[in-house]
Amino acid sequence: MSIQSARKDLILMVVFIAAVLTMPIWLAPVGASYPDLLQKFAIFGIFAIGFNILFGLTGYLSFGHAAFLGVGSYAAVWSFKLLTMNVIPAIIFGTVLAGIFAVLIGFVSLRRSGIYFSILTLAFAQMSYNMAYSVLTPVTNGETGLQLEQSDPRIFDAAATGSGLPSTELFGMKMSGYPGFYFCAVLLILAFFVSLRIFRSPFGMKLAAIKSNQVRMSYTGFNTRPYLLVAFVISGMYAGLAGSLLAATDPLAGAERMQWTASGEVVLMTILGGLGTLIGPLLGAGLIKYFENIFSAYNEQVLHEIFSFLPQFMENFMVFIVNPFVGEGWHLTLGALFMIIVIFLPGGIMEGFAKIAAWFKKRGNKSDDDDAAAPAKAQTSEG
Amino acid sequence: MSDISRRGVLKAGAIAGAAIATPTIFASQAQAFRNDPGSAKSIKLGFNVPQTGPYSEEGADELRAYKLAVKHINGEGDGGMMNTMKPLSLKGNGILGKKVEYVTGDTQTKSDAARASAKRMIEKDGVLMITGGSSSGVAVAVQGLCQEMGTIFMAGLTHSNDTTGKDKKRYGFRHFFNAYMSGAALAPVLEKEYGKDRRAYHLTADYTWGWTQEESIKNATEALGWQTVNTVRTPLKASDFSSYITPVLNSGADVLILNHYGKNMVDSLTQAVQFGLRDKQVNGKNFEIVVPLFSRLMAQGAGKNIQGILGSTNWNWALQDAGSQAFVKSFGAEYGFPPSMAAHTCYVQTLLYADACERSGGFNPVGVIKALEGHEFDGMGNGKTLYRAEDHQCFKDVLVVRGNDNPTSQFDLLKVVQEVPRAQVEYDPKIFGGELGPYEV
Amino acid sequence: MDAIFIQILNGLDKGAAYALIALGLTLAFGTLGIVNFAHGALFMLGAFCAVSMQKLLTISNKVRDTSITFFEAYKEVPYLELWWGDFGTTIIEWSVPISILMAIPVMILVGIAMERGLIRHFYKRTHAEQILVTFGLAIVIQEVVKHFFGANPMPQEIPGFVSGSAPVGTFFGLSDALVYPWWRLIYFLFAASIIGGVFMFLQYTTYGMVVRAGMADRDTVGLLGINIQRRFTIVFALAAVVAGLAGVMYTPILPPDYHMGMEFLVLSFVVVVVGGMGSLPGAVAAGFLLGILESFSSMNEIKSLLPGIDQIIIYLIAVVIILVRPRGLMGRKGVMES
Repeated sequence: MSIQSARKDLILMVVFIAAVLTMPIWLAPVGASYPDLLQKFAIFGIFAIGFNILFGLTGYLSFGHAAFLGVGSYAAVWSFKLLTMNVIPAIIFGTVLAGIFAVLIGFVSLRRSGIYFSILTLAFAQMSYNMAYSVLTPVTNGETGLQLEQSDPRIFDAAATGSGLPSTELFGMKMSGYPGFYFCAVLLILAFFVSLRIFRSPFGMKLAAIKSNQVRMSYTGFNTRPYLLVAFVISGMYAGLAGSLLAATDPLAGAERMQWTASGEVVLMTILGGLGTLIGPLLGAGLIKYFENIFSAYNEQVLHEIFSFLPQFMENFMVFIVNPFVGEGWHLTLGALFMIIVIFLPGGIMEGFAKIAAWFKKRGNKSDDDDAAAPAKAQTSEG
Repeated sequence: MSDISRRGVLKAGAIAGAAIATPTIFASQAQAFRNDPGSAKSIKLGFNVPQTGPYSEEGADELRAYKLAVKHINGEGDGGMMNTMKPLSLKGNGILGKKVEYVTGDTQTKSDAARASAKRMIEKDGVLMITGGSSSGVAVAVQGLCQEMGTIFMAGLTHSNDTTGKDKKRYGFRHFFNAYMSGAALAPVLEKEYGKDRRAYHLTADYTWGWTQEESIKNATEALGWQTVNTVRTPLKASDFSSYITPVLNSGADVLILNHYGKNMVDSLTQAVQFGLRDKQVNGKNFEIVVPLFSRLMAQGAGKNIQGILGSTNWNWALQDAGSQAFVKSFGAEYGFPPSMAAHTCYVQTLLYADACERSGGFNPVGVIKALEGHEFDGMGNGKTLYRAEDHQCFKDVLVVRGNDNPTSQFDLLKVVQEVPRAQVEYDPKIFGGELGPYEV
Repeated sequence: MDAIFIQILNGLDKGAAYALIALGLTLAFGTLGIVNFAHGALFMLGAFCAVSMQKLLTISNKVRDTSITFFEAYKEVPYLELWWGDFGTTIIEWSVPISILMAIPVMILVGIAMERGLIRHFYKRTHAEQILVTFGLAIVIQEVVKHFFGANPMPQEIPGFVSGSAPVGTFFGLSDALVYPWWRLIYFLFAASIIGGVFMFLQYTTYGMVVRAGMADRDTVGLLGINIQRRFTIVFALAAVVAGLAGVMYTPILPPDYHMGMEFLVLSFVVVVVGGMGSLPGAVAAGFLLGILESFSSMNEIKSLLPGIDQIIIYLIAVVIILVRPRGLMGRKGVMES
């Protein structure tokens, strides 16, 4: 790796850390600055970054990654129930158990490629979901989701039980609210850093080579499977980490986390943001979660407030126009957004940024445009 | 070891801090609770209902009821049940003189999404109470969250015994009836209509609500002397029930009990009728189908197939008591059609919460909880009702209904067979276990 | 014996539904190479053709129920019944079969519009982009339907003349007590004839031959001066019609709601892939196989042996088949393998 690109990565990393840690400030104007949503941004960011290591680098589209998210959550909640309310063991268990599941599922699924691989992963996840919802209820508490109970043993902090349910903590610091967000944010930064290292490493190069032409790779006598399996397990562990963080910030594990719609969601996040880019999946995750939590909360009352600066008839007209797209119509907006982005920006949101950057560069320096004209598609492994 | 000493230090610091600030803090300390409105002119409530997915129609109806309740509490409109509710402390000027506002959110009928939405309401919008929902999984999940957060949860449509049974919470309240009460209410009617010697076959949605209902109905019918031939679990996502229905035909059963709700119920009932179950004679008796939990909104989806089928429901717009009439009147005037039972329970819950705040003289949830516990009221449909202190379950009359053979209008789908008096559906709170937890969190 | 016989019938019936849905998907997916996540939405649109036809036929004379004063409640009597009496009632009962006449042109138009307007521009794009755009489209279609029809299921009638059960036991010399709903038998026959029709079209018409050639090698066919683009439009329209008809005929069994497409989407992908990419017979065979095995797995005897097996059977079979046969039942080499 050249010194120049190393410095570029360093800048990227610094900017990333600053951006993540100041999220509560710069997200305030759009109404997204409250602990739960910030936590969700960080957690699903980790999920999407991890998914991108598999899908973005190797081109293997897993349609069952939600299974690992669910496994991570269940493991973490069980750790809270049986051992201690400290989140460290919980996330370790969640990540490791998800990793074990990923080894098993990956080992079987990676025997096939393309759509056959996708359906294998989908099948495993759907089996997990259906079982968790029904026959595995003693372990998962089924429909309701696994929750903490007064009677849980919690062998390591039995002494400290007061009245009411204990909350998750990190050596005495409660993991709800802003501390919870900063904890997730630190892990997000770590996850991003690891992902960056993987993208830049020889291992990452090999994965990218597998993506571009697996047949040629195997002709050279190169066994691709172990590499794929490692990528699969890493991304499964990212999902497990995200799942256990979901449980750490809010100690509940529901079966829906394993459903195909949840697997589909991370696929959409990754593609929406920019497949194979470092930052893109994170943006996609943020955008989808933002829509889910903020757009769905607009109702007529809120809209009237928003448009109250307009004259009365205009206000009513605008509310009439906008209303079908918010509140119960937030799915419609999301669907339309998917279509618009993919039609106009094949590379996802990241391509949008690249285009804007290119435009500025062009304006700034009209004579030298071969840099600016570099299409976004070519920089699949760039931030 | 280091943990303990660190805690000690913290504690010492806290005491020192408290000592310095004693004069000002002491008074407010006793009242400190999340989202205290203080001297604000308005307060916010959170309406968390399914806005997307298969239950969105129910969610929309719940939301209509909430908006109506807010209007009435703020003294707008015709007042609805505020005219009939007894005792009533509300004055039509909001709650304790503060105007009521609301925020809405989408539960998607998923525990995760529902909790995320509730958290947004609590953390971002500063609501004092969360209400809504149309499934027990969501109700239990949100109720657990509200207990942690110290925010009151007034459950919407949730029928599982668990909500006020093994998963009951100090901060959670349910006005809706439950599976046990369905069984207790239905049993005598089933006995009268179908006799003591029947063989029942259960098809049960394979998740917690389905199981509690199956258990309750099974116990109630077996107490009559009925036999249970078989109980079969069906996958939640099943839409073609043919392979579950065909074994019923030759099982020797003469009653089919469908422990299904929503889309599951619509599909399984439609298909059971298509398989000719209702035209059959078994053991010399007419084959019958029972749907223990009926909702008019959902029954529309099964069309003519519900005709003549018995079930139970929490409330129906055709009730003639003054409270129900007042509610149907103002809901009908506002929206042009009658409210569903989900709308009714949500409307009542909002009024009850507001009234409890008024009675307790503040918004501190501890006071509000104490005002609701053991509160007895009347004039809100379903007769005299008690919010039982031991499990936060409302006890009131339960309706046994039958699918209408000859509806006089598009809304006239269910006919009330009997209003089963409250005494008949009461039970000992201990049978389901669970613990409410502390007042202070 | 009777129990097994009836479960085979159930399986065939379920299988017919799966096969029909998968057939439409595999036309677009296995042959045009489009990962069409909007396929479920096409199925749902077909079902709502039936709903619309029913609404049209039951436009009613509304007689106010004056006993209700709080809101306007009506006793609705369809004009057809008022004008033509029992004949009118019969027409309304036949709304599902009649709506086939409407569904075919509607679905053709939808298919053409979708292919021309959107899908065409995505043949050369990555599968990831195809997923995103078709999934977005599916959500938009769903939400529009929800806007007009609400979220509740809409019951559809079966023509009175076939509403009862057929004494299938006596047909096959088994117990008289064995009965099966006529409509489900009709659905099976209907599905079989549609499947047969599609195969004949592709196999025995020149048109179909060119399409098949185009599937195998689009570029060469294009070089021969044949407008393969137009043929692909037609194939897509055909896929839409097949999905739509599957939806129309399924409505009496499954009262349609706006969400039904999503529930069938995953299943139809599983069926297509188990059948093998690019193989129409494979998809049909997989549909029947999964349908029959699912029916058997929900028998009480088997459930008591393996609790919850009916919850996962489809996926379990999918895993086993894909592992045993690398390209599903009859997949072609190199289709969607990378």
